[in-house]
Amino acid sequence: MLDRAATDMAAKNEATRPVRFRGAGFVPASSRYGGWIALALVIAIWQAAGSAGLVNALFLPTPSAIVRAIYQLAVSGALWQHLSASLLRIGVGWLLGTAAGVAVGFAIGLSRLARSVGITFISALFPIPKIALLPLLILWLGIGEEPKIATIALGVFFSTAISVYSGVDAVPRNLIRMAQSFNVPFATIVRKVIWPGALPAILAGFRITASVALLLVVSAEMIGAQYGIGAFVLQAGNLMQTDQLLAGVVILSVFGLAVGKVIGWLETRLLHWR
Amino acid sequence: MDLIANHITHRFGDLAVLDDVSFTVGAGEVVAIVGPSGCGKSTLLSILGGLLQPTSGAPELRGAPPADSLNPLTFVFQDFALLPWATVEENVEFPLLHTQLSAAQRRVLVEDALRRTGLTDFRQTYPKQLSGGMRQRVGISRALAVKPAILLMDEPLSALDSQTRELLMEDFVRLLADGGMGAVYVTHNLEEAARLADRIVVLSRRPGRIREVVTVPMTRAARGEAAAREKLLALQNQIWSLIRNEAIDAEREVQHA
Repeated sequence: MLDRAATDMAAKNEATRPVRFRGAGFVPASSRYGGWIALALVIAIWQAAGSAGLVNALFLPTPSAIVRAIYQLAVSGALWQHLSASLLRIGVGWLLGTAAGVAVGFAIGLSRLARSVGITFISALFPIPKIALLPLLILWLGIGEEPKIATIALGVFFSTAISVYSGVDAVPRNLIRMAQSFNVPFATIVRKVIWPGALPAILAGFRITASVALLLVVSAEMIGAQYGIGAFVLQAGNLMQTDQLLAGVVILSVFGLAVGKVIGWLETRLLHWR
Repeated sequence: MDLIANHITHRFGDLAVLDDVSFTVGAGEVVAIVGPSGCGKSTLLSILGGLLQPTSGAPELRGAPPADSLNPLTFVFQDFALLPWATVEENVEFPLLHTQLSAAQRRVLVEDALRRTGLTDFRQTYPKQLSGGMRQRVGISRALAVKPAILLMDEPLSALDSQTRELLMEDFVRLLADGGMGAVYVTHNLEEAARLADRIVVLSRRPGRIREVVTVPMTRAARGEAAAREKLLALQNQIWSLIRNEAIDAEREVQHA
């Protein structure tokens, strides 16, 4: 007993030391301006290297040369000609593919028959690179806009259908049972429970299908089109006009960013409850 | 309106879950169902509420529900089952949307349900902004909005902390006090069962069979008094002695599963 008291007394007389903090890290928070500063830095180094003659302008034109090329394209009207052709193909193809994908995705998510048939077909056809079907679609539909739009629609369709039925599957079953317990009709359950419940997955799918549509429009235009950003990039490459080529690439990048922003805005508006 | 479990037997594939369960819940009566883990309490409640078809036997109703009841058998779920994208008010209104009621009539019912559960000031709040206890209040409010004849409550307090459980138990006692609404209350908590129920159906280990139906020998109003505590404790001990050994076996079975 006395030993214990003596030990306690000795411990009390020792100097204290802080407990080392071990909980740092693993919480990556992005800085608001960090990305932009890094981008500006890369562009500045690129510009400096080009201006100093360290990089051959034929292989990698300076950022200022690319901006000039974009300006000239805009002034000449060629930019709008190419951009509008691409936008039309992407818009129509994406809408058709999305409408069909949402309908089929919901059918697979809600009907046993549609699921057993639909998943088999989707599993078999989804892995096919859709651009490989373009020659076949040209044979079927002619050499106009239709095969390009159909290629985009096909690519968008499969990704949309998969994201929609995955989203429907992910709707918590307890919410559906809750609605059933109140005798809520099937159509109302689909509209008020399944649709909003699946929306996060559907919007995430839209992000993917927007990229798919962009990829396919460029590929399709490179194979057989007079106008369009893909056709423009290919022509510029053939003529070794790398400033024009990169101007086309920058326009595609800006378009992709703009679509991402629109979907982000939609997510903020429609999924504010998350 | 009476709710009758008429020789209900249920199997999930080869697994026998319920075996010939029969009892009646009278109008305004509160019946608790207790038993060891996995004895089929929640399955029985799903069958009684028409969410699951039994292998044999049937849930039946006798007599007409109250004229103003929009959903005579109404669930209160353990996990609340709230629509996360809807506000408290929208959640409570959800089961009324497909009815023939006008918007004004719906508003009256929603207001009344929100008032009875103390949620009037939280009407524009989303579920994620609420504590567990408040979320369950929304679940109860939604159930009250359709004026049920019998509430089917599946361990409604088990996801909550002890203080919140106590507060909500007081709410249940108050809501069921006038006898206008009956309830089937599934729980593993014998104290809750003894506090709220008129009768306690004790199920055996899986496949769940009725071991005993215990009548609580005092009114619900009298159970809040200090003198009643000893009697209720004795009742809980009596029920615990009925299921203790099977509860231990069930626990071991779950651990080895």
